[in-house]
Amino acid sequence: MTRIDVRKTYKLAIGGAFPRSESGRSYEVTDASGGFLANAAHASRKDARDAVVAARKAFPGWSARTAYNRGQVVYRVAEVLEGRRAQLAEEVQRAEGATRRVSEGLVDAAVDRLVWYAGWADKLAQVVGGTNPVAAPYFDFSVPEPTGVVGVLAPQESSLLGLVSVVAPAVVTGNTVVVAASVRRPLPAVTFAEVLATSDVPGGVVNVLTGLLTDTAPTLASHLDVNALDLTGALGDPDGATALEADAAENLKRVRRPAQDDWATDPGLDRMTWLLETKTVWHPIGT
Amino acid sequence: MGGTAPLDRTSPVFDYAPAPESRSVVDLRSSYGLFIDGQFVEPVAGGSFKTISPATEEVLAEVAEADEADVDLAVRAARRAYTRTWSRMSGRERGKYLFRIARILQERSRELAVLETLDNGKPIRESRDVDVPLAAAHFFYYAGWADKLRYAFPGRDPRPLGVAGQVIPWNFPLLMLAWKIAPALACGNTVVLKPAETTPLSALLFAEICRQADLPPGVVNIVTGAGDTGRAVVAHPDVDKVAFTGSTDVGRQIARAVAGTEKRLTLELGGKAANIVFDDAPVDQAVEGIVDGIFFNQGHVCCAGSRLLVQESVADEVLERLKRRMSTLRVGDPMDKNTDVGAINSAEQLAKIRELSDIGEQEGADRWSPPCDLPSQGFWFPPTVFTGVSQAHRIAREEIFGPVLSVLTFRTPAEAVEKANNTPYGLSAGVWSDKGSRILWTADRLRAGVVWANTFNKLDPTSPFGGYKESGYGREGGRHGLEGYLR
Amino acid sequence: MPLAASTPHDLAEVAASDAALRRFLHGLPGVDQVGAEARAAMLGTRSIKTSSKAFALDLAVRMVDLTTLEGQDTAGKVRALASKAMRPDPTDPACPPVAAVCVYPDLVTVAKETVRGSGVQVASVATAFPSGRASLEVKLADVRAAVASGADEVDMVIDRGAFLTGRYLQVFEEIEAVLAACSREDGSRAHLKVILETGELQTYDSVRRASWLAMLAGGDFIKTSTGKVSPAATLPVALVMLEAVRDFREATGRMVGVKPAGGIRTAKDAIKHLVVVNEVAGPDWLDPAWFRFGASSLLNDLLMQRTKQRTGRYSGPDYVTLD
Repeated sequence: MTRIDVRKTYKLAIGGAFPRSESGRSYEVTDASGGFLANAAHASRKDARDAVVAARKAFPGWSARTAYNRGQVVYRVAEVLEGRRAQLAEEVQRAEGATRRVSEGLVDAAVDRLVWYAGWADKLAQVVGGTNPVAAPYFDFSVPEPTGVVGVLAPQESSLLGLVSVVAPAVVTGNTVVVAASVRRPLPAVTFAEVLATSDVPGGVVNVLTGLLTDTAPTLASHLDVNALDLTGALGDPDGATALEADAAENLKRVRRPAQDDWATDPGLDRMTWLLETKTVWHPIGT
Repeated sequence: MGGTAPLDRTSPVFDYAPAPESRSVVDLRSSYGLFIDGQFVEPVAGGSFKTISPATEEVLAEVAEADEADVDLAVRAARRAYTRTWSRMSGRERGKYLFRIARILQERSRELAVLETLDNGKPIRESRDVDVPLAAAHFFYYAGWADKLRYAFPGRDPRPLGVAGQVIPWNFPLLMLAWKIAPALACGNTVVLKPAETTPLSALLFAEICRQADLPPGVVNIVTGAGDTGRAVVAHPDVDKVAFTGSTDVGRQIARAVAGTEKRLTLELGGKAANIVFDDAPVDQAVEGIVDGIFFNQGHVCCAGSRLLVQESVADEVLERLKRRMSTLRVGDPMDKNTDVGAINSAEQLAKIRELSDIGEQEGADRWSPPCDLPSQGFWFPPTVFTGVSQAHRIAREEIFGPVLSVLTFRTPAEAVEKANNTPYGLSAGVWSDKGSRILWTADRLRAGVVWANTFNKLDPTSPFGGYKESGYGREGGRHGLEGYLR
Repeated sequence: MPLAASTPHDLAEVAASDAALRRFLHGLPGVDQVGAEARAAMLGTRSIKTSSKAFALDLAVRMVDLTTLEGQDTAGKVRALASKAMRPDPTDPACPPVAAVCVYPDLVTVAKETVRGSGVQVASVATAFPSGRASLEVKLADVRAAVASGADEVDMVIDRGAFLTGRYLQVFEEIEAVLAACSREDGSRAHLKVILETGELQTYDSVRRASWLAMLAGGDFIKTSTGKVSPAATLPVALVMLEAVRDFREATGRMVGVKPAGGIRTAKDAIKHLVVVNEVAGPDWLDPAWFRFGASSLLNDLLMQRTKQRTGRYSGPDYVTLD
């Protein structure tokens, strides 16, 4: 007699917990050829608001960690992800319809990207900050600081590598994140949230929402306690992106417009620096 | 003459005689056109407006009002100059033009200072010692970057954006122009700049300086006008970059207007900065810093220290010293070299300051100003301090943009930081303490783009300036200031 | 201690012990060097023209302690100086006399004879000026000799060595002893100016503490410098000392004078100081009873500027007397 599988319930990740949507709704996730994979939670506006509250709550602690510590935590994520390589390769394969080999390559690239970003944690301040030679007797220095709570629409196509590539730079710089996963390919994101939960990332630092963007994205765009909005996942919907950007203007969110990204190439500093504020401090020099 | 001698004086009070700066250095024209493609031209529709001296309400000149058609001509000129000349020129050559401009600003510094004070109402001491020298310094600083851009951002090959549309406020007309134009040009962009409608004259003199420098036509275009002109600049489809300094409300409108476009945007908006005075502060310098923080430029400063947060144990003493110091402020004729506080920039701004101050009184705060004789003509508001203010009062939350200080108290460093950060703004803050570790602890926790420790309102071309949260995004000054003008 | 100025009651206690005195002085608010210098520089940009300049020049003349403190001083030199003190500008009867002549103790008698009846005071440096490196007995003998010779004012130096090593009570008691030695037989006493030698104290924090120390010990004036150490008087040092006398009056009701000495050579410098007096301590101090300039060459520049004010022509060194 064949064993009956224990199927996995794909839930949201909010504030270190894995709730189903408070709305009780879910939606059907299919593989690349239309076969049923699982029901994913359909996050509501309320779920999105709860996620923002969790991200804000986590922000003071996470941003106050030493850069060294944040680097260690992100590196730990890479370690744990490496350990889940097989599971994620399978999920990516199903989600994206790629070959096994390509999918494994994508997971490997995601692990390598985390390692790359982990190393930036305690170096970026020296690259983008510094002292300013003002023409007066003051010691004047500029340091980068995290912007705050970031709403992210993860890329729709690249379910894991794309997700990691938009979340890691935000987190390693000390921001906290509410990410709306790829709508049609959300399952690797949920598993990635489980990886985060088992790798020293404090609850609330990364909150993962699955479901239609029509509910979550406007909530993130209009929420006054969200400081930045990454519209990468709205690439295929220019009108929607424009509306979200206009909404984000209400509290002057930093907005990243959707653009075609190549997740295989060196990402550069840009995905970290747009989520950094420069703080400049002046102090007199005297006896 | 022992130590118990009576306090009465045999001599009269040392009253400074008027020391007016001469106006003759400025050659005011009765009317000014738009500066487009290297020429002063009449506006297409022929509209104009008057610019007045806020200290006397005297009409200084008639200034052309640019509408959409004029803005279109300016953007076309900027595009042509970008494509044909400026983007093709080597950084070294661009830099030399900027150095030239910097030198001419120094050479004509007296004229610029007088014109700025006439048109803006700020004390000549400030336009002479702060605005104009800093504007020249900005051009010097960014001139040097023009041929070194590839060293500014490791791993990048920086390219200019194209045409920058820039809209600036009336509080530091020439300095804000320098903050906008110098980095834009250094990076290889061309610009269409709109000065504020109440202070267009120094920008028009700057246009003349561009001609003296033989700057290629169209690299800098100046379109004068009010809000509609600014909207036309922001909305023009061939503008690649919008840079704005001004109120948070207008910043919001601009952010909405550029949504969905390819336009890059930097915003330097309002503030409600906390100036935190701990009980171990160097008190005399702290009092100076409080005064500089809120009365510099009549409080028309986005980074003004408009909320004084003073530790309760020293609040009475600090206030007493502050009031004594305020009593020595010399309010009046901005052209007098001894004036500390000049005229409010416009009737409209004066009305806003009055309204919020009246609300402060209605909400129960105690209002105090030193006795001072204000001129009968022009727009004036005395240096004012409100005590008994709580976080809930409107004068503690809204940007007044005038010489009005709200005083709040705190008991512990944590409370100071919490109150300081309890605002949608995040432009600047001040911290006063003789204890280094406390200063760094506080500076680290303040959510503000500029933190002045044991000083206030200091600016330098090498030092990045800009806000957190609703105070805007992007930085001006320093290497960071290049970022907004490069792709 | 917070920065609150203490009440007179507190002040009676502060010299009860070395520890109490140290606590008090180190509890005074700090001085930020850059801020203090920036404030002084800003006040230095005040533009003093026409009638206010004429007023300031005359006031500055009346505030001069015309000084000669050289090893080569002689009776002849001091007589010439004292004559000039009484009639600085022989061509202008309206020109006021200076406040005092300032000499070494052995020349007090000569100076006193010359200025007798003119209202010009004679000040004598004492206490092993300028270093102060002598035993207390020698210093007090120096003071008594000066007073006995008729000095109206005594300019003492503090023991900077003791101050810098934190022996504040020793400095305090020495000033008290000098003050006692200033007493005359008729019950009056010579006016005591306490020289801090700010160039050796180096920091403005020390200048503020030394100012309070001297005032607490009973000094009538606090004076910046001997003139033998560079830097001598600077505008920010005067600013810090003027803040101290202002705060001291607020705390005690007693007014103490300030005398910058050394390095003020031009009328422009003198006027900058008067602006600082006016805007920091207040107009009460704009009086020779409360503010002095210890200077020698300053007087001639003031006189040349007076002439310019009076005649509209710029004068030259040939038109003022060199003594």
